[in-house]
Amino acid sequence: MSFPWANEYKPSHPLMQWVDDRLPLPRFVYNAVGAGYPVPRNLNYMWNFGILAGFALVLQIVTGVVLAMHYAANDKVAFDSVEHIMRDVNWGWMLRYAHANGASMFFIVVYTHIFRGFFYSSYKAPREMIWLLGVVIFLLMMATAFMGYVLPWGQMSFWGAKVITGLFSAIPLVGTPLQEWLLGGFAPDNAALNRFFSLHFLLPFVILGVIILHVWALHIPGSSNPTGVEVKQESDTVPFHPYYTAKDGFGLGIFLMLYCALVFFAPNLLGHPDNYIPANPLSTPAHIVPEWYFWPFYAILRAFTSDFMFIPAKLMGVLAMFSAILVWFFLPWLDTSPVRSGHYRPLFRKFFYLLVVDVLVLGYCGGAPAEEPYVMISQIASIYYFLHFLVILPIVSSVETPQPLPFSITEAVLGKDEHAALSPATPAVA
Amino acid sequence: MVRLFGPLVGLFFAVALLWSFGNGAYNAATQPTPPSAEKLFHMHPKEVEFSFDSPFGTFDKAQLQRGFKVYQEVCSNCHSLKQVAFRDLTALGYKEAEVKAIAKNWGAKAQTFDPKTGDRGERPNLPSDHFPPVYYAGQGVPPDLSLIAKSRHGGAQYITSLLTGYVDQAGYKNEEGQELLKMFPDAKTPDGLYFNPYFANLNLAMPAPLVSDGQVTYNDGTNATVNQMAEDVSAFLTWTAEPKLDKRKQTGWPVLGFLLAATVLAYLAKRNVWADKH
Repeated sequence: MSFPWANEYKPSHPLMQWVDDRLPLPRFVYNAVGAGYPVPRNLNYMWNFGILAGFALVLQIVTGVVLAMHYAANDKVAFDSVEHIMRDVNWGWMLRYAHANGASMFFIVVYTHIFRGFFYSSYKAPREMIWLLGVVIFLLMMATAFMGYVLPWGQMSFWGAKVITGLFSAIPLVGTPLQEWLLGGFAPDNAALNRFFSLHFLLPFVILGVIILHVWALHIPGSSNPTGVEVKQESDTVPFHPYYTAKDGFGLGIFLMLYCALVFFAPNLLGHPDNYIPANPLSTPAHIVPEWYFWPFYAILRAFTSDFMFIPAKLMGVLAMFSAILVWFFLPWLDTSPVRSGHYRPLFRKFFYLLVVDVLVLGYCGGAPAEEPYVMISQIASIYYFLHFLVILPIVSSVETPQPLPFSITEAVLGKDEHAALSPATPAVA
Repeated sequence: MVRLFGPLVGLFFAVALLWSFGNGAYNAATQPTPPSAEKLFHMHPKEVEFSFDSPFGTFDKAQLQRGFKVYQEVCSNCHSLKQVAFRDLTALGYKEAEVKAIAKNWGAKAQTFDPKTGDRGERPNLPSDHFPPVYYAGQGVPPDLSLIAKSRHGGAQYITSLLTGYVDQAGYKNEEGQELLKMFPDAKTPDGLYFNPYFANLNLAMPAPLVSDGQVTYNDGTNATVNQMAEDVSAFLTWTAEPKLDKRKQTGWPVLGFLLAATVLAYLAKRNVWADKH
């Protein structure tokens, strides 16, 4: 589906006409990310992050496939094969640092993309499916990143694998057999490393598939925009190309500069020194921490320190950690306000900023050692996290009086829209 | 359904967390955890400056050669360097013939195995060989040093601090003037271990390796004080951990320069395209 005023693909060259009659792939691209896709004209820079996330995935796949040519997924040699890449493979150090920091940049971009969705309520009808697929992508990313971190077979790789697969052992009755089945043994060893490598290679392509569905679902209603007012007329939109290809080009430049600054000048800034120590099942690191992008969820996991009624603390932590992400699936039905954009929702906006601070606090506590005062702080922050999505958001959306919306995107951009005069009243719901 | 069960689930987690919080607060109030000796007396690495610190900084080859000599004469008695090959030493400024000689004269020999006779033997090292393994029979497990600078918080500063940080435990006070053995009589260093406040748990199996000035005779005439030797070997171990550091930074600047120019052009293109739409 598209707007009736969308540009139509008209191949002028006979060869392109010939292709278009047989396999209209150029037409498909033209309608997806070319001049054939009309996009709201008022998108701000927060709308750059979808393309950036796609770019980051491609970067990871390209660097990852080359790294896989030199890496050996065997617990005897995995650590040394990574050092071989760092020392003897031509530009191997750059590939590995690009891949490790590429994962961090991917998560920075995706977290921004998700919080953009929170603020502008991008999950609301008719865009629920885009949002649901996005959460699926995020879950797949977490699984992929976790398994990738195991591959260098350093201390944090080994103990991270042990702790995270250990979460499954919290499940009553089937937990321990399940953990042993996942690992292929009683503790992480060659069987676990090999299957993690296999899945780490597979999952990015699954992510790619879900991204195609995500973009497909996006093209049904078209992109949302900072006012949350739906597109009404041709003057509300511009063609994706050249307007947003140009804007995304600039955003990509900024992204690449930050990324390359990390890769070339602080490649180990976001990593943990312990992962340069070969895996040793007999020596537990003082503080086992995952990569920074898991810290908020790790803080929620560790916030449950006492058994609650008949539920062991460990199981509570695991349930809460997974629920912290699963709750996003229900957002379209928890937030019932008819207004989308946080710009016109004064009360919602305050709680949104509180959530941002809350998640940053959780992240800080998740990276800190499991001792006071970090445990107590993460308990308070976790309480807010769950209340925000499950209690505050439904209440706010029913008690809040939103501010008046502009008549149209054109009016929001230009300050006037001649069509507005013909309309009897500005509708509250766009 | 979601609006009915959502708040219930939210309250369930909130109450469970409050329960954990309450228990934690009660424990903290009734049985506060006393501060540990490690917490109060562990020192962060000293501020030491190295030539490779800044984004423009590079290795000082003369320093790396001095550091290599310290490794060769002191550290290599107990610590291996298995990720590094003799051929890599050309990056320190040694000529090929010098590298051949270093490999050939290296104390520990390369191990050989003849699959036809089953005989095991030795031969002198070749430049293509990695540094041979080191076997150590004493107390403790001396770690391989190839990656030590990257596997410890503080890197080269930490190594320098540790090597120069051995002090007498009796009467040792931290910066707040608290005396370790008065506060924690049980923290007395056990026999066979050595006290060093820069080490995470304050006691390590390695005795001070650099004990007197002039322990190593430098070829370039530099005065081999303990501090000098510690800094030189820290620089050398940073090189063994990150041998491509110079190339990395040298590549980074043109890359960033190119990206800056491309981003400026992209910005101007964007402004041009959007000129009639604002």
